[in-house]
Amino acid sequence: MDRQEVFERLNEVFRDVFDDDSITVTDATTADDIEDWDSLEHINLVAAVEQEFGIKFNMGQVVSMKNVGDMADIIISRLS
Amino acid sequence: MKELEYPFDSDYILKSSKKIRRRLLESGTGFLSKKIAVLGGSTTHDIVRVLELFLLNRGIQPVFYESEYAQYWQDVMFDEPELVRFAPDLIYIHTSNRNITRYPSVTDTPQQADAMLEEQYEHFRVMWEKIEEKYGCPVVQNNFEYPFYRILGNQDAVYAQGRVNFLNRLNGRFCQYAAEHGNFYINDINYISASYGLDKWADPFYWHMYKYAMCMQAIPEFAYNLSNIIKAVFGKNKKSLVLDLDQTLWGGVIGDDGVEKIEIGQETSMGQVYSEFQSYLKAQKDIGVMLNVASKNEYENAIAGLEHPEGVLRPEDFILIKANWEPKSGNVAAIADEMNILPDSIVFVDDNPAERDIVATQVPGVLAPQIGTPEQYIRVLDHAGFFEVTDLSEDDRKRNEMYKANIERQKQQHSFVDYREYLLSLEMKAAVRPFEAVYMARIAQLTNKSNQFNLTTRRYTQSDIERFAADDHYITRYGRLEDKFGDNGVVSVVIGRKDGQEKALHLELWLMSCRVLKRDMEYAMMDSVVHACLSCGIGTVYGYYYPTAKNAMVRNFYADMGFERIEEKEDGSTVWRLDITPDYEDKNTVIRVEK
Repeated sequence: MDRQEVFERLNEVFRDVFDDDSITVTDATTADDIEDWDSLEHINLVAAVEQEFGIKFNMGQVVSMKNVGDMADIIISRLS
Repeated sequence: MKELEYPFDSDYILKSSKKIRRRLLESGTGFLSKKIAVLGGSTTHDIVRVLELFLLNRGIQPVFYESEYAQYWQDVMFDEPELVRFAPDLIYIHTSNRNITRYPSVTDTPQQADAMLEEQYEHFRVMWEKIEEKYGCPVVQNNFEYPFYRILGNQDAVYAQGRVNFLNRLNGRFCQYAAEHGNFYINDINYISASYGLDKWADPFYWHMYKYAMCMQAIPEFAYNLSNIIKAVFGKNKKSLVLDLDQTLWGGVIGDDGVEKIEIGQETSMGQVYSEFQSYLKAQKDIGVMLNVASKNEYENAIAGLEHPEGVLRPEDFILIKANWEPKSGNVAAIADEMNILPDSIVFVDDNPAERDIVATQVPGVLAPQIGTPEQYIRVLDHAGFFEVTDLSEDDRKRNEMYKANIERQKQQHSFVDYREYLLSLEMKAAVRPFEAVYMARIAQLTNKSNQFNLTTRRYTQSDIERFAADDHYITRYGRLEDKFGDNGVVSVVIGRKDGQEKALHLELWLMSCRVLKRDMEYAMMDSVVHACLSCGIGTVYGYYYPTAKNAMVRNFYADMGFERIEEKEDGSTVWRLDITPDYEDKNTVIRVEK
């Protein structure tokens, strides 16, 4: 799966979780850019991403994610 | 909504909860609004989010109060002003084994372990008593799931120093409290976590990252189970199962194979599966679930199948057996009609997805669960929690007999020309009295589940009912009705409030169970209310009718009772007035009433 495809699928997850079809995520997207993305919604978002890609992040990975780009990198490393 | 019916896709619900919520609210269903306080010992955010969906899907629109993180005990004990202002209709305490503050260690003596058990139990008990005294509302309390590791291995359950042993004993104490206190319900997370799989459930990731007592993926199953209790407390249980026969209650097609070839009984594996299922259904009947049949079969074949010597269910276990070649949707609607229950209190059980689909779409309100393959039937129906038990009342256990007697009455009705003569032939006896302690639970239950013959549709908890009974400013009446076919139990409730000068009575609630429609029971209730008024100098009675989607049958009830309409509002609600004098003549002439 290439990076672009990962982003396309991530985008769908974000749109479902926040019920907002106007969302387009990029490498630099952080919680500050999406209104409903707070620490509580973050939990659900991570779970939905895990489900989408059929992986489970470990604690260290979740703690280190700073933006959507980091998230995509971890996903790609886990899938390869 | 299909997506929220058991068995559901938890991942989908978690991911799409916002969209699902929006659609539920747009559906235009009339919701029952309830204030629910969620007092957590761990994070509750996603629990509330998912619980809301399941409650909405069952017709309850919750307004939530959520305690600050892990403040469950403090909120209650120190009268958190926001919680007091919120005035909850129900309090749910979400605690888990993460909230146990002290466990015995291996070096402690059994006596020390006992003392710790007492200490942990007391922590909860004082809180429950405070809630009862301060809020008087129903309480739902989690018990404890097992720990995810065992210091003493298998002996952890044996020695007083083991955590498994400790939690088992603590759970025992919780159950004992629940058994001794009405309005207090255990949410059995010990069972739910086991059913889900403890290792997955207790994933420490979710505790250490987010302070969740269980993993995120378990939340839908957990919240669904919790919603079962809440909807039962608020009178939203289902009442009846309508069952298919071929491939549902036995293997094979009786019309093709003949009675000797159908699979039921101990001879084959499949026969055993169906026997276990029939036993399960028979036990459902014993808790008050009404059993009916809708089957495409010749009637004789249906009865022959139910009389199979190896079968567990017998024809007499059912109230109505519709076996014919009409569409099942028509038969299910006819069953609802003849039993005087609403389609939304029916669960239709059929192995055939096409039949399920027709019934669910043609008879709105009926649920037709995807029951899977025969060996899964019990699990699906059981976990779906349609008939969640809150109080195991005598009435629930006898409900089948009562409805059956009703059908007998209807049959007999056809043989009488004069209706009054028919009513007299029933040899009815009623007790109409002020609320009494033994019936408080049943009275509260009736206020929560009567929809059709209900003038104001006010819902009350048992503690409300107890308060009315004790208050001199209220006149309360319950009515029990018996006849030659059986005892119907408590079937009618009236609550009237005296006005300031004690010269008039306002009827705040008047309801009757539809199982005694057209029996003149309402007249007996009216007579009793009038006599109560006259004996304390009240000369005027005001009645109120508030329309809902379901109570059109009593729109003109007060007119029939001789009241005069004095007000009609735009929303269709009406106010009625009746002046009463000591020469009032009793309206009931067919029921013998014990005072």
